[in-house]
Amino acid sequence: MTTNPATEPAPASARRAKLTASGVDVFYGPKHAIKKVSIDIAEREVVAFIGPSGCGKSTFLRCLNRMNDTIAACRVTGDIRLDRDDIYAPDVDVVQLRARVGMVFQKPNPFPKSIYDNVAYGPRIHGLAGSKSELDGIVEHALKGAALWKEVADRLDSPGTGLSGGQQQRLCIARAIAVSPEVILMDEPCSALDPIATAHVEELIDELRARYTIVIVTHNMQQAARVSQRTAFFHLGELVEENDTSVIFTNPRDERTQGYITGRYG
Amino acid sequence: MTDASLAASPHTSPANASANANSVHMTDAARARLRRRYAADRRFRRVGLAAVLFGVSALGFLLFTILSNGFTAFRQTELRLDIVFSRDIIATDGKTDSRAIRAADWARLVRESLQAKFPDARDRRGSRLVEALVSPGAQGQLMDMVLADPSLIGQTRTVWVLAASDIDMIVKGHADRGVAEEARRVNDRQLAWMDALQKDGALRLAFNTRFLTGADSRYPELVGIWGGILGSLYTLAITLALAFPLGVMAAIYLEEFAPKNRFTDLIEVNINNLAAVPSIVFGLLGLAVFLNAFGMPRSAPLVGGCVLALMSLPIIIIAARAALRAVPPSIREAALGLGASRLQMVLHHVLPLAMPGILTGTILSMAHALGETAPLLMIGMVAFIVDIPSGPLDAATVLPVQIFMWADSPERGFVEKTSAAILVLLIFLLGMNAVAIWLRKRFERRW
Repeated sequence: MTTNPATEPAPASARRAKLTASGVDVFYGPKHAIKKVSIDIAEREVVAFIGPSGCGKSTFLRCLNRMNDTIAACRVTGDIRLDRDDIYAPDVDVVQLRARVGMVFQKPNPFPKSIYDNVAYGPRIHGLAGSKSELDGIVEHALKGAALWKEVADRLDSPGTGLSGGQQQRLCIARAIAVSPEVILMDEPCSALDPIATAHVEELIDELRARYTIVIVTHNMQQAARVSQRTAFFHLGELVEENDTSVIFTNPRDERTQGYITGRYG
Repeated sequence: MTDASLAASPHTSPANASANANSVHMTDAARARLRRRYAADRRFRRVGLAAVLFGVSALGFLLFTILSNGFTAFRQTELRLDIVFSRDIIATDGKTDSRAIRAADWARLVRESLQAKFPDARDRRGSRLVEALVSPGAQGQLMDMVLADPSLIGQTRTVWVLAASDIDMIVKGHADRGVAEEARRVNDRQLAWMDALQKDGALRLAFNTRFLTGADSRYPELVGIWGGILGSLYTLAITLALAFPLGVMAAIYLEEFAPKNRFTDLIEVNINNLAAVPSIVFGLLGLAVFLNAFGMPRSAPLVGGCVLALMSLPIIIIAARAALRAVPPSIREAALGLGASRLQMVLHHVLPLAMPGILTGTILSMAHALGETAPLLMIGMVAFIVDIPSGPLDAATVLPVQIFMWADSPERGFVEKTSAAILVLLIFLLGMNAVAIWLRKRFERRW
């Protein structure tokens, strides 16, 4: 057990499931992108989705806050529940869902506005702050939560796009947590960052685990091993194997997983 | 890489000269191919430069012609005359109210003042010839003086009055006084009077304020461009007010909200086709719909603005859609991922980022509308209108139609006015393009 020196979480089965997917299929037009995926994601743990390019891990991640709705040709069937509520039920409000399930994207995408406005945008549209001082508090709290406060406290009015890549990505994380989500989805959040910025973001993810349920898609198996407690391996649209991270990396059951983590393909 | 593998590489080590000579890139044939590639490169650059130079010289020639023809229009010949505001002519019944003043024989007043200066012009023919030295506008000028100050009646004043266009043309050198008398519009007697005035210092070129403040006239020395400018401004204001919000809203709907299906594809094809429809067709549409079906006023900027709005709409929609499409999808995802609604995503993030492009497209389409003539001919904006329009419902004309009408007039004096009006139109277009550039710089944001 050398890959994860952090305190070991209780096994997933003992924790309450935050997100439950069962029998999820996704189609892009005629293409069957996700095939019968079922997975439970427990509260306050980091789950990593790994797999070769085009295996559907990002597609599946985007089902969890219905970002796939924005793609006209995309069709999702099956059952995905957040706290036992079907998020694809007809009466579900996607605006509310996305406020509860935040997202951080592959490329840092701060709005071309000030650092303050970037973080304050979510609380503003959801009406989370009653006053300016309350909003200031939320922004400061979110920036501290994203370990960015010390670096930007004296220049909140400068543009968010002027920060370095790693800082921009932490700004996007601050922006996501300012809305007080329950789940944060991260789609390869470090793929555009250098190793030092990556280390910062990984540390941050480990801290965020105390308060949020985190699902992270990554190409980097070391990263999955470092930050996650559970790991799911996707291949050609199927969920091949899902288990405690330590088990996946040391004793995978499926030979495809074995092949991927030992670098034979992917 | 080890040292051995470096040395084996054909491109690196100068010590391996013999190995280089064997490279396929170092043979004579390869060198010849390389030379041909460079030659093609140079040829292409020379042709490109020639194309640019040709374009620049054509533009330079055009500007030079317009400037050299047009700059004289901003000065107009005036004559200094001792005007006798004779009570016998102005107040024939002894009345000096404005009605009587307006009814007076002002032509006679001008003629008699001229004959006082040139006693040899008292015969029938001479009185007609001497009267032709002065513009008919002088009568109005003198009448206005008396209306403003009735105490002038009975006095004599020295007044600079406008010269007739034929005299103006000779002073400016646009008409040749050396040709035979019968081929001239100004005969020898008139030339002699003109020279006498010149010798007295009673003939000058003064700044032509009337050209910038007046409206159309039958006489080239009396025309002004202000009526056309105002007509254009009213028309463009209507066009902008209709086409900009409609175009931007249509573009936002089509780009951000509309489902992608056969129906929206059809709409897209139709919008692209509409942008290519000849403008006169829009004029016919305006004639049939706005004038005949809706009974809107003829020649009014309101109707002109509606017609030009129809013409600009597809261009604005296409420009706005392109600008919206150029906003990176990552910004949309960021907003949606935070739980923004589609409308919030558009209004808070996409539209502000697309604004520079939308504004540039809109202003360019407005500049296009400013220069448009054909559709306005169809709705009667080609009428001869001597009043300055006071609102978008008044009959008016626009700058390009004014240019068209002056270019159509046979008098020599209209040539310089036409060129000057083109200059004014070009200045407006340059101004609008400058505003477009400024707006783009002002709203441009990086991401």
